[in-house]
Amino acid sequence: MLEVKNLHVRVDDKEILKGMNITVAPGEVHSIMGPNGSGKSTLAQVLAGKEAYEVTEGEVTFQGKDLLDLEPEERACEGIFLAFQYPVEIPGVANTYLLREALNAKREYREEKPLKHVEFGKLARDKMKALGIGEDLLKRSVNAGFSGGEKKRNEIFQMQILEPTLAVLDETDSGLDIDALKIVANGVNSMRDSGRSFIVITHYQRLLNYIVPDFVHVMVDGKIVKSGGKELAQELEEKGYADF
Amino acid sequence: MSVDLEKLAQEEYKYGFVTDVEQEIAPKGLNEDVIRMISSKKNEPEWLLEWRLGAYERWKKMKEPRWAFLRYPKIDFNDISYYAAPKNNPRPKSLDEIDPEIKETYDKLGIPLEEQKMLAGVAVDAVFDSVSVFTTFKEKLAEEGVIFCSISEAVEEHPDLVRKYLGSVVPRGDNFYAALNSAVFTDGSFVYIPKGVRCPMELSTYFRINAENTGQFERTLIIAEEGSYVSYLEGCTAPQRDESQLHAAVVELIAHDDATIKYSTIQNWYPGDKQGKGGIYNFVTKRGRCIGRASRISWTQVETGSAITWKYPSCILEGDNSVGEFYSVALTNRLQQADTGTKMVHVGKNTSSTIISKGISAGEGQNIYRGLVEIGKNAEKARNYTQCDSMLIGDRCGAHTFPYIEVRNSTAHMEHEASTSKIGEDQMFYCRQRGLSAEDAVSLIVNGFCKEVFKELPFEFAVEAEKLLSVSLEGSVG
Ligand SMILES: Nc1ncnc2c1ncn2[C@@H]1O[C@H](COP(=O)(O)OP(=O)(O)OP(=O)(O)O)[C@@H](O)[C@H]1O
Ligand SMILES: [Mg+2]
Repeated sequence: MLEVKNLHVRVDDKEILKGMNITVAPGEVHSIMGPNGSGKSTLAQVLAGKEAYEVTEGEVTFQGKDLLDLEPEERACEGIFLAFQYPVEIPGVANTYLLREALNAKREYREEKPLKHVEFGKLARDKMKALGIGEDLLKRSVNAGFSGGEKKRNEIFQMQILEPTLAVLDETDSGLDIDALKIVANGVNSMRDSGRSFIVITHYQRLLNYIVPDFVHVMVDGKIVKSGGKELAQELEEKGYADF
Repeated sequence: MSVDLEKLAQEEYKYGFVTDVEQEIAPKGLNEDVIRMISSKKNEPEWLLEWRLGAYERWKKMKEPRWAFLRYPKIDFNDISYYAAPKNNPRPKSLDEIDPEIKETYDKLGIPLEEQKMLAGVAVDAVFDSVSVFTTFKEKLAEEGVIFCSISEAVEEHPDLVRKYLGSVVPRGDNFYAALNSAVFTDGSFVYIPKGVRCPMELSTYFRINAENTGQFERTLIIAEEGSYVSYLEGCTAPQRDESQLHAAVVELIAHDDATIKYSTIQNWYPGDKQGKGGIYNFVTKRGRCIGRASRISWTQVETGSAITWKYPSCILEGDNSVGEFYSVALTNRLQQADTGTKMVHVGKNTSSTIISKGISAGEGQNIYRGLVEIGKNAEKARNYTQCDSMLIGDRCGAHTFPYIEVRNSTAHMEHEASTSKIGEDQMFYCRQRGLSAEDAVSLIVNGFCKEVFKELPFEFAVEAEKLLSVSLEGSVG
């Protein structure tokens, strides 16, 4: 599904990704862990198409297409979703409004009919309940004044509505209380299937007790230095990154 | 943003067509004879001719104001024609008497004049160049005692009201453009809401400039008697031409005790082309007097058109407990320039005013907010809240704010907030990551930015304003 080969990325003349490799097959869940500043978010943003990052070397293929060739919105429509580490506030734009526009953009891309207000409303309410998101959060401006946990839950809510093929979750567990963590993990698990993959970026092994990954990768200084199964997360939890 | 915002902004002005009607056009130039001609065309009483001539005398001694942050070539006031009217048009009694070309024009603009086709609950006065061509729903409004007609008609049918109020808010010598308008105004709307009446429908005037080399000088007068309510909306468009055209209007509002006037504008005059050729020069004086206790005047404007905008809808808060409001969205794209804002003059006790201004600059557009809040010495416990936000799209445009405050009473309570932001790259990226095109993302973010103003518009018009903003923004993303 996704293949990242020898990816080098710089921003402002500083090299951040230094030969990154990762291959994700359909249905797999990969977890990326690593110290602060190692380049995890950079990878996530590059996959989503953030322009400030300059790819100097390497290639990224997604479902057979050259991902680096596509605009961010095309990548989104092709099925890439990024749950942001720091979701952005957009004053005056209702949360539901953005989401309906987004879903309909995606549907248009696939040459499907746009969803009507009522249809969308029903879809949103169904998903909302499971995530413990209140009606008022839908009507409020996108992320404006949301608590840290509400923002993260909102990202998962958007993911559920948009049904991506590859979801990259960037520290979606940070700042969540224990109940919210379970809700978010359930939200992800309920979407796991043979055609959908996840890259879960996290600092805490705890999340991986709920979202059990197929692979765990350790990222240090812009590349993957070790990969393993879910037991690798446990090992990191105990020893830290000192060995790398 | 990697998407070329400039490219996105290329959409043509939709209303730029010209209507082919036989017109009667006054020769170019301004002098007493032209004023006499206008006055006699309109069968005006002597006092009004005198009033016009007096305004002309003052105007001749005045200098064109140049304090605004606007750059444009010198206007030759003798190269303009001051009167243009479709021929054979004595005031039509029914729609059948209107030139079909003109009717079609309004159809094309989305303002059908047939009452049954209109938006339910909106009455329209259609002004075509210098004359009002038709007013809908007059009879229905008359049942409630509401007068809604062209100002020329009001001069004939309700001379006492016109004489009493004309120039009582904006005196004929108020400023250069107001004096010019007072001398040569041709048509516009007149509204009178009797005591205790809540006007049963939205009233609106649709201004259309059609003729070449003419100026449009309309005059609007709205009087709300004690305890009455009216919501009024004006819309404006003009053909696409290479020469700039002058539009200098005057609007006067009078609110008596407990009366409310809501005045909304969607200004979409032709803005000029990409090189800045053509477009309307819009120099407008709009002012309201809250003369009654607890009266309220609320201005809402969405300014997206015109090459040059010079406009400061104001409120004089004379009555105790009166309220003035100004909600504004001004968008400048390409080479458009807007110097706009408001004046809130607090005279009475416990008066309050709210100013919310949203300026959006794109392309090489320049957007200036200029506001004055004046608290008089007897205005005990006056309150003002001003919020002035600017948004920049791209890095060749500009935004400036000039907020002036004069306080002569120590019990005043003033709050001022201002912000300038570039349209957020992070917001753009967030929206695009969710699947929106760059263009849709800009329009979504800008509409969100303007939400507080749009919610003041009557519902149907809020929808129109959002669409208009999106169209005006096209080609602004780069
Ligand atoms: N736009 C930018 N300009 C300058 N430096 C940047 C930019 N974006 C990222 N960096 C730098 O690149 C490095 C990697 O950042 P990144 O956010 O990818 O780390 P991370 O692994 O996600 O860290 P954390 O665990 O703290 O979230 C950091 O040193 C960061 O300061
Ligand atoms: Mg990070």
